[in-house]
Amino acid sequence: MKLITHNMLTSKCLKGVLTGYPLAIKATNIKVNEVDFNPDFISRIIPKLDWEVLWKAADSIGHSEGLPQTIERNYDEDKEFLKKAHRVLLEVEVEEGYLTCPESGRQFPITKGIPNMLLTEAEVQ
Amino acid sequence: MSALMKLKTLEGHLGALSGFSEPKIELEQYETPAHIAAVALYTMQTQYEALENKLVLDAGCGPGMLGIGASLLGAGMVVAMDIDDGALEVLQENIEEMEIPTIDAVQCDFLNSKHCRWENYFDSVLMNPPFGTKNNAGIDMKFLRMGLDLTCDSVYSLHKSSTRTHIQKKIKEWGVKGSVIAELRYNLPATYKFHRQQTRDIAVDLWRIHHVES
Repeated sequence: MKLITHNMLTSKCLKGVLTGYPLAIKATNIKVNEVDFNPDFISRIIPKLDWEVLWKAADSIGHSEGLPQTIERNYDEDKEFLKKAHRVLLEVEVEEGYLTCPESGRQFPITKGIPNMLLTEAEVQ
Repeated sequence: MSALMKLKTLEGHLGALSGFSEPKIELEQYETPAHIAAVALYTMQTQYEALENKLVLDAGCGPGMLGIGASLLGAGMVVAMDIDDGALEVLQENIEEMEIPTIDAVQCDFLNSKHCRWENYFDSVLMNPPFGTKNNAGIDMKFLRMGLDLTCDSVYSLHKSSTRTHIQKKIKEWGVKGSVIAELRYNLPATYKFHRQQTRDIAVDLWRIHHVES
């Protein structure tokens, strides 16, 4: 699971959960894969993200080094920044661990890089 | 508009992917043939620039024919969702085999719950939804509706041509726009035991459905 995916996942489908966001990450195995740097894509995706959640998620798994906590206005011209964002969004992957719903404490396992968000019928809203 | 690779090359790569190891009838796991997937993806990219540099969702991805193809055509990132761990296992094998670093898989029920924080988040949503013929009537329309909620631009979806009038009616009802952008033939191999003939030829439409403002 890449952090770009973590940034969009919620557990709000759980019964009684209002926002279910952000999910806390507990990682027992992290890998870093090389991905071709695509500055246009990264620039375009940044306004869609919850940056604070991305930063905290990166920090919680020890990969926030050099990553600014807030975004500058002209971020799309700052190649160094875009490279750091690229790394955190696409290259860092949680292989094993789990996500935790901030409201209910329900855990979602991450196995072989795939978070399992399936719920039982009784858990659904 | 151009594509990163030729249609034939794309089809060749997709033809090399592994399919469902044990297809499950209750999930209507029919594979998207490589030829159909390649033509569909090529059309999306060359006519609508729907893939290259885009954020793409492959909804009900199965072994990843559409999602992996989207990556091969230069998608910035693909999220692939499926309910079935067997399908996701094959997807993961295919991703490793093809060495594609820009796909992330999520196991979830695409229909029953909204796992995404934002509506209208993805540039393109791709799907080859269950046809909805086996005790699943209407599931294809539920896939489409959910896809529309999640895209800021278009849903690209494969449907039997026999459902064309029905889809046109739904599109009107939902207040969105859409058209058939390619007509294809789906040579469905006998995947399940109840199929009497070896193969059946089915006419399939590739739909592009989008919100009115896009």
